Amino acid sequence: MTIVARLTDVSRIYPPRAGHAAVHALGPLSMELRAGEFFSVVGPSGCGKSTLLDVLAGLAAPSQGTAEFEGKPVNGVVPDGVGVVFQEDASFPWLTVEDNVAFGLRRLGTDAAEIRRRVDFATGFMGLRDFRRAYPSQLSGGMRQRVCIARTLVLQPRLILLDEPFGALDQQTRLLMGDELLRLWRETSATVMLITHALDEANLLSDRIGVMSARPGRFIDVVETGWPRDRDSRLAERPDFGAVTSRLWSLLRTESMLALGQGAVAAQ
Amino acid sequence: MSKAGWIRLVVLVAFFGAVEALCRTGAISPKLIIAPSAMLGAMVKLLASGEMGDDIRQTLLSVAIAMGLSIVGGFGLGCVLYWLPPLRRAVDPFLAAYYSLPHFAFYPLLIVIFGLGALPLIVLATLFAMVAMTMATLTGLDRIPRVLIKTARMQRLSLPAEIWHIRLPAAAPHLFSGLKLAVTYSFIGVIAGEFILSTSGLGHQIAFAYDNFDNPTMYGLILFVLCIAIVFNLLVFAYERRLARQRGL
Repeated sequence: MTIVARLTDVSRIYPPRAGHAAVHALGPLSMELRAGEFFSVVGPSGCGKSTLLDVLAGLAAPSQGTAEFEGKPVNGVVPDGVGVVFQEDASFPWLTVEDNVAFGLRRLGTDAAEIRRRVDFATGFMGLRDFRRAYPSQLSGGMRQRVCIARTLVLQPRLILLDEPFGALDQQTRLLMGDELLRLWRETSATVMLITHALDEANLLSDRIGVMSARPGRFIDVVETGWPRDRDSRLAERPDFGAVTSRLWSLLRTESMLALGQGAVAAQ
Repeated sequence: MSKAGWIRLVVLVAFFGAVEALCRTGAISPKLIIAPSAMLGAMVKLLASGEMGDDIRQTLLSVAIAMGLSIVGGFGLGCVLYWLPPLRRAVDPFLAAYYSLPHFAFYPLLIVIFGLGALPLIVLATLFAMVAMTMATLTGLDRIPRVLIKTARMQRLSLPAEIWHIRLPAAAPHLFSGLKLAVTYSFIGVIAGEFILSTSGLGHQIAFAYDNFDNPTMYGLILFVLCIAIVFNLLVFAYERRLARQRGL
């Protein structure tokens, strides 16, 4: 089995600053992402999930240990072939939907016909075809998040990192976006890592789920769901679905209580 | 036209109608205010005669230079302060207190330094207008959402590309309000300076007419200055509206 990305004994420590002691945010932890899998990370709030994503994406360098993408070290430099969708709305309000989606390709100097083709595909795929000339302000939160996904998608990333992309959306929209995410994952054959705090969502979408401890976050366990590749939100009706969510919660319960106690520290 | 637009029109027409009527009936002495229609007539006559041509040119040129300098300089200074936080912390109190200074009190000093002419006026207007642009630039750069900067990094943009394609457009609404202030302040700076002490320019001609009880010329020129300011503002406003509509503001 091919390994797309690998973290080895990675920790991330924020150096002390005026009025703050050093914060040990993450690790040491090790993990591997297998080619084509859907991997989710769940963990109590403040456990370093986003820091983990930053290290994998090259947005932050590990303080100790090594991060690799496709066998090459990632040391705080964003590698080619990795795309990220953030929790916050990252659409560019000054560009129309199609200009948002075409943004990365234009910067790369891709030729116009190819841009056209890929933007058509990505907007169509994300259900944005009727909104191509709209500005993000005219769209709902869910639609804007689709714009961001489409903007990442056109660059054809081999690893897609999602940092609670549906965190700000309502439950129904989340379920539908989850289905779209699964469709995207199947059709692009990219590797996906999703960070989420919703255990049901992690369960539904993932092949494997990494469960993190309270800060400094490490993996307590990695749960294999064994769901078929061709799945959608109706998976939740299966009798064995609840068992996985229960398993996740039993792993997380103590850690979450620990994190709640740390709340005052984590809030800084 | 919107309801608010109609109300605005009615208010304006009622106001000028009332002034017109009071002037025509002699309730307001022509030594104080001349009828609005007479102001308009005086303005048209002044412009048609061409006798103010040189003053108009000089004032508008000074305003344009001051505008350019304050916008470019203010933006540049804002960028420098943004990239050098220690310097910014050091000068922050000066910036905060800047508009409590009576700038025009320094005008005589500027004349001593730069001589009587367009130069001290341009310097005065630039000093007056530039800091508004600087502060707007800082606000704009400060308020760029962090997620957009992260997005720029994920798109693997070079620093110049990040500035041009992400930071500037993200800061644009604030830059634009700075620009509007710089435009207005440049007008005020030049015309008020000319009013105080100058041998030419629109402000000087208004002051000269005032000193000579030449009401038609004075009101005609005031109306003309008002017209220029309104046209300028409408242009800026129209562009800003377009920008704001895109962003749903």
